[in-house]
Amino acid sequence: MEVSAEYGLLLASVLFILGMIGVLIRRNIIFMLVCVEIMLNAAGLAFIVAGSKWVQADGQVMFIFILTMAAAEVSVGLALILQIYHQLKTLDEDAASSMKG
Amino acid sequence: MNLLIIPALPLLGSFILIVVGSRLPKRMIPLVGAGSVGLSALATLILGYRFISASLTSLNVIAWQWMDINGLSPAIAFHLDALSLVFIFVITFVGFLIHVYSAEFMVHDEGYARFFAYLNLFVCSMLTLVLADNLVLMYLGWEGVGLCSYLLIGFWYTEEKNGYAARKAFIVTRVGDILMAFGLFLLFQTFHTLNIQEIAGQATQQWTVGSHTAFVISLLLLGGAVGKSAQLPLQTWLPDAMAGPSPVSALIHAATMVTAGVYLIARMHVVFEFAPEVLMIVGIIGAATLVMAGFAALTQYDLKRVLAYSTISQIGYMFLALGVSAWSAAIFHFMIHAFFKALLFLAAGAVIEALHHEHDMFKMGGLKNKLPVVYWTFLVGAGSLAAFPLITGGFYSKDQILWLSLASEHGNIWFFLMALLGALITSIYTFRMLFLTFFGKENTPVSHVPGSSMNIPLIVLAVLSTVGGFIELPHTFGHLTVFSDFLNPILPSVTVQEDLENFEWLIQLVAALVALSGVGLAYFFYIYKPELSDELKSSAADLHSFWLSGWGFDKLYDRLLVRPFVYLSNINKKDIVDKFYDGLVMIAEWVNRMLSYTQSGILRWYLMGIVIGGIVLMALALL
Repeated sequence: MEVSAEYGLLLASVLFILGMIGVLIRRNIIFMLVCVEIMLNAAGLAFIVAGSKWVQADGQVMFIFILTMAAAEVSVGLALILQIYHQLKTLDEDAASSMKG
Repeated sequence: MNLLIIPALPLLGSFILIVVGSRLPKRMIPLVGAGSVGLSALATLILGYRFISASLTSLNVIAWQWMDINGLSPAIAFHLDALSLVFIFVITFVGFLIHVYSAEFMVHDEGYARFFAYLNLFVCSMLTLVLADNLVLMYLGWEGVGLCSYLLIGFWYTEEKNGYAARKAFIVTRVGDILMAFGLFLLFQTFHTLNIQEIAGQATQQWTVGSHTAFVISLLLLGGAVGKSAQLPLQTWLPDAMAGPSPVSALIHAATMVTAGVYLIARMHVVFEFAPEVLMIVGIIGAATLVMAGFAALTQYDLKRVLAYSTISQIGYMFLALGVSAWSAAIFHFMIHAFFKALLFLAAGAVIEALHHEHDMFKMGGLKNKLPVVYWTFLVGAGSLAAFPLITGGFYSKDQILWLSLASEHGNIWFFLMALLGALITSIYTFRMLFLTFFGKENTPVSHVPGSSMNIPLIVLAVLSTVGGFIELPHTFGHLTVFSDFLNPILPSVTVQEDLENFEWLIQLVAALVALSGVGLAYFFYIYKPELSDELKSSAADLHSFWLSGWGFDKLYDRLLVRPFVYLSNINKKDIVDKFYDGLVMIAEWVNRMLSYTQSGILRWYLMGIVIGGIVLMALALL
């Protein structure tokens, strides 16, 4: 079954915007991290769609890269979240604002 | 024998005293201080002997090239000729005697090493001034002596008024120095050199008498000379400069530094000769100053202030002599004056120290038998200052100026009458000072009798100020012209008006009578009938206080210059120019405040910033 590239890209942009809105409005850091993952996967989806449209393997290669990077990012991010929770006893991101100018 | 060694030795002495002076044992300090100047005097003697016996006209030593910028290439180079030989002779010998005197005079002062360090630095600067072969190096010496004068007037800096006197001397002479600097700039612009010999050579080729440039340049140089030599209208600093120790007054403010103006005019006489109007002004300044300072000296109470005004007055005589082109007469009077005025200051220092730092002459008296050496030497010095006929050096030097102020082709009867009036006043105030200090009844007990280290310089100077006069005797008797012949290659002799030639003896007779009558008047008013002088004082109290304040010049300058300046600076306390820089600071602070608001520490705001930025960029790319 063939899905047209327009629909694929539309889905990717909707996912990306949803993720972005999630990052912007959520206060819980774990949710923010999840939304960042959604944005990354939206970008990955856009690469896959583009790769299938032009019949090139590059899109899939890029997706592998994004996947790897996302895994690394999650591990670092979770470690940071653990540290923040340890320090502040809360997952509210606004509480971590002691570095204001 | 190298010429360089003469200024180098005092510089070395000063350097040693500055670096290790505080750690030297006390008896080493005068050994270094006076020793360096003594060796320098010895070198002068040897060099002078060779110079005269080989009948050289000049001797040049170039130490090194100082700088070379676009044609301005002054060297550290020294030029010895008859004129500078006379000056370095006086500077090193009188300087040495004053150093020896100071070795005892200052011995209980905690700044003993500092004193000798300054004094040595002064001698070095003064030697540089008179030996310099270009005007830039001369200016270095000129400023160097000004600096040392400042440091030594304010030597006892813990008292506020001494610091004030030091600053006053520095600032007032600065006015003259700036004029002189402008003169040097103009000279360089005209001749593209500041070498004194080259200037003299080019001036004779390029200028004609009465040339406008010559007029302006000589007037500016005269400004410098007037400031340094404390002549009208910049004389106000010298009486206050007496705040320094007495040896300083003797060396700097009587014998050497204040005559730098006389040296400058004599040295640049070729330039001045192209501007006869300026020479006329020099004569008028000299004549006016000598009378003005004489009247001021008549009324002073402070022994050293009398001598200060008398120095101003005697330098007025030198200026008068320069003004009538009697160059060698001016230099002759400089030499004799250096001897007797240094003697008088040193003797006054001894008196003041003997009386617990009492400066008021009316509280002295009766010291004739208590301090016999000081009395006799002071008497010799006073006789020389008052130009006591025939037996004193001052008579021969001053008589020459009196005669030439009338008889020189540039002289006139007014100069002569002013000089004669000055001579009368001089002998009155000199013997007033002598009678008040050494005669009458004893008002303050003597606490300290000077020792040999102070007495010997006094005696040597007394001998010099008497014998020194006999090397130049007038035409009417003796007719000995050793001094003017010696200076003749540098300073041309004066042309005497022919119709006056036969009246020289008459002038001398008048001068002698005037000097003697001055002594008589002083005797009459201060010994024979002292109550008369008090009556005179109370009957003209206004005039007395006017003269006492030095003709009100301080008050005038205070009204004219100091107060407007203070008023303006009060208005402009918050500097107008600063407004611009304050504005810059305010803008920077505002921007900083705005930027620090964005640094809220809330992550979502940052993300929002990134998103908005991204949207804007994309919108721009699409448009």
